[in-house]
Amino acid sequence: MSAQNRPLSPHLQVWRPQMTMVISFGHRATGVALAAGTLLLVYWLAAAATGAEAYETASGLIGSWFGRLCLFGWTLALFFHVCNGVRHLFWDVGMGYELPDADRSGWAVLAGTAILTLVTWIAGYGFMGAY
Amino acid sequence: MSLRSPLGRIKGLGIAHEGVGHWWVHRLGSLALVPLTIWFVASLVSLAGADYFAMREWMGSPVVAGLLIMLIVAMFHHASMSLGVVIEDYVHNEAAKIASLIAVKAATVVLSLIGVLSVLSVLFGR
Repeated sequence: MSAQNRPLSPHLQVWRPQMTMVISFGHRATGVALAAGTLLLVYWLAAAATGAEAYETASGLIGSWFGRLCLFGWTLALFFHVCNGVRHLFWDVGMGYELPDADRSGWAVLAGTAILTLVTWIAGYGFMGAY
Repeated sequence: MSLRSPLGRIKGLGIAHEGVGHWWVHRLGSLALVPLTIWFVASLVSLAGADYFAMREWMGSPVVAGLLIMLIVAMFHHASMSLGVVIEDYVHNEAAKIASLIAVKAATVVLSLIGVLSVLSVLFGR
């Protein structure tokens, strides 16, 4: 076998999905998605700096059903990435490495993501009337 | 005779090159982003349905402008470092790797500049 065709680790397809690995993939995937989402943030800020007309266009786009769907996905990805990022920071100081702990913190990340996303959207719709 | 110190000569020669510094700055940025993102999402919630004038009033307050600029800088710094790691993991062709790393660096610098300048232009009333 030539050096080019050697099998590379990790062999994703031979493992039964584990909490630790699935969340690890998720962290990277949401990170890349959030990087794409920064385009929307910069567009929104630049529109506010450009003028009333540009801002109306931007907020119309963001407020449409498709814009809200994107925003929902953005909050979901953001909360997942932040929660799991905090989990990573605990690992970085040497805490929570035992497998049962890592599984438990993985579930906590999923629960935290769901709760924070839900609370954000309920509060967001609650505030809609404030303006 | 070299005037460089022994430490200066060997720094970055390990397999990780500048890896330790990269790792540490990456973590510091992440740490800063935790409170900044929570603040930002809470602000977005309170801004739901806000019109142009409400938005400019929010964006133009010194505290908000300062936090927004910190968020923008920390966020794009984090994105640049993280996307760099992803590229280094998956792009094995050296030329394509360096080209994508440069593209990511350039894009994040330009985007963060647009973001910061937008905030400043609203802060100083254009």
